[in-house]
Amino acid sequence: MIKFLVKGLMRDRHRSLFPIIIVTIGVWITVFLHAWITGVFTDMVDYSARFSTGHVKIMTRAYAENADQSPNDLALFGVDEIISKLQNTYPDMTWVKRIQFGGLFDIPDENGDTRSQGPVMGMGVDLLSPESQEIATLNIEKSLVRGRLPRQPGEILISDELAYRLEAEIGTEGTLLSSTMYGNMTMYNFHIVGTVNFGVAAMDRGALIADITDVQEALNMTDAAGEILGYFKHRIYDDLRAQNIVENFNSTYQNIDNDFTPVMGTLKEVGNLGEYLDYASSFSGIIISIFVIIMSIVLWNAGLLGALRRYGEIGIRLAIGERKGHIYRSMIYESIFIGIVGSVIGTALGLSAGYYLQIKGLDLSSLMKNVTMMTPVVFRASVTTETYYIGFFPGLLATIIGTMFAGIGIFKRQTAELFKELEA
Amino acid sequence: MNNSIIIQIKNLKKDFPIGKGVFTALQNINISIKAGEFLGLIGPSGSGKTTLLNIIGSLDIRTEGEVTVLDKNVSTLSQIEAANLRSVYLGFIFQTYNLLPVYTVFENVELPLLLLKQPQAERKKAVEDALEWVGLEDKINSRPAQLSGGECQRVSIARAMVKKPKIVLADEPTANLDAENSHHILKTMESLNSELNTTFIFATHDEKVIQYLQRKISLVDGQVVNDEKVTNIPIGG
Repeated sequence: MIKFLVKGLMRDRHRSLFPIIIVTIGVWITVFLHAWITGVFTDMVDYSARFSTGHVKIMTRAYAENADQSPNDLALFGVDEIISKLQNTYPDMTWVKRIQFGGLFDIPDENGDTRSQGPVMGMGVDLLSPESQEIATLNIEKSLVRGRLPRQPGEILISDELAYRLEAEIGTEGTLLSSTMYGNMTMYNFHIVGTVNFGVAAMDRGALIADITDVQEALNMTDAAGEILGYFKHRIYDDLRAQNIVENFNSTYQNIDNDFTPVMGTLKEVGNLGEYLDYASSFSGIIISIFVIIMSIVLWNAGLLGALRRYGEIGIRLAIGERKGHIYRSMIYESIFIGIVGSVIGTALGLSAGYYLQIKGLDLSSLMKNVTMMTPVVFRASVTTETYYIGFFPGLLATIIGTMFAGIGIFKRQTAELFKELEA
Repeated sequence: MNNSIIIQIKNLKKDFPIGKGVFTALQNINISIKAGEFLGLIGPSGSGKTTLLNIIGSLDIRTEGEVTVLDKNVSTLSQIEAANLRSVYLGFIFQTYNLLPVYTVFENVELPLLLLKQPQAERKKAVEDALEWVGLEDKINSRPAQLSGGECQRVSIARAMVKKPKIVLADEPTANLDAENSHHILKTMESLNSELNTTFIFATHDEKVIQYLQRKISLVDGQVVNDEKVTNIPIGG
């Protein structure tokens, strides 16, 4: 009987090909969207962590309240001591100090007059210590477009776009005009040794990357820094652990009346990334639920249409003595077969599309010129273990549910009624 | 040849609900049918012959009365018991053939035996025999779409007969066939009736069929108005 049913399934395209195509398309879309959303949100979080938030971030209370303005007059003092304590408490984590700052960068002509000038978004990071991992964290080496990495104090990198805008060649000396943490104006000369392109619109517009010691000196921030960032091993975010660390840290700094009391936040808390992360994790579930409902309705209707087409077959099978339950089960078995085939093909297609966009990416830089978030401009999918099975079970489930609904209609009909319809 | 009563109908009544009321399709039906009979339920459209055929075939249930088929009260059979009765003892022939278009002639005829879980070799022999009875040995691998109407109905007879049922219920089997094909079909069924002692019950108002019948039960408005045995069959036999 199984062979008989399989033959029918293979020969009747309306019964096999059409539902398989529906399931394939649905699973394909689900798998691809999952890979795409996972990739986009993972990149968004990863870039934010690398450039802005770390996995945990320490600022003063006052700085944290105005963090988007990088108010260095509210920076942390005694950062080396804080970092030393943190390294002792959490030796498996990496702790770094950073200074975000703004200012004007001035390129002089041969007479020392201003040739070109532009606003910069500066970042002071540890570029020169041998044990520093900042070059790797910020992916600076791979982002280098021209020139080389800084090797000694006074050397900086600027974004390639800024270099073109200021017509600044490698080897040019420029002057940063900014304000110290005490509110005084400061001018500090830097030597441009390379240009970078991070693939992050907010950075590539006008980034200036300098060694933190130079920035501390330029902004009069000795043993001070705007932020201390902590990274987990292998740069994999662990929200539960981050919350524990934050809780422990903040419990030791409870003076809420002091604006300069350090306060720690998790990646999810700072930069409102929590909403994005929650959204990302729930989005797949929403897509899959919608897929299952829509596919079930479509397949239910397809099943009803198929069953209407198959009234002759169902009627004759009943007449020759096949039990309704047996017919119903055989329809379910057929749907399982269709669900598996459609889901496998859909998953394969979805994975292929996901892998393609994981490698090639989708360049949206032209649409992101004014974006201030630390997000990449080339959006990539990310194929994870979950992507391999995320569409499979919904595909199978939708097919079975659709057939079950369609089959119930047939099952509940009186046999004689089926015959009347059959004869009509 | 055992000519005992195999179908006994007593005081049968069948109502169909129509809106808030009921339509009585059959009433006060009392019939006894012996094994090997070649009989017809004849009457105009709406006389209740198909309804009666469906009740005998356990495809429909009665409202009142008692219908016994092969010593089984079909009124009280569960769905599974009714399916078992149909799969082993009853064969159906329809006006529109109802062959499964994606299967070959062989596979269509084989279907009832698959349900009976017969071994493959037995199935093959039985299907070939059945197709030989109806003269379609050369069409074994054809699909229904490749056959004429008469050939399709012969396949449908082979499908009904392949399991050698006790009773064959044929609902307007010649309605879609021309005179020549109708006679061919009826002769085939007549010879199967005499060779295998299968009881044939037709629901028909086709004169071509009626002339072959050995017993005619006339229905009008759901009631038996005449039940006559034909001793001298003029043309068919």
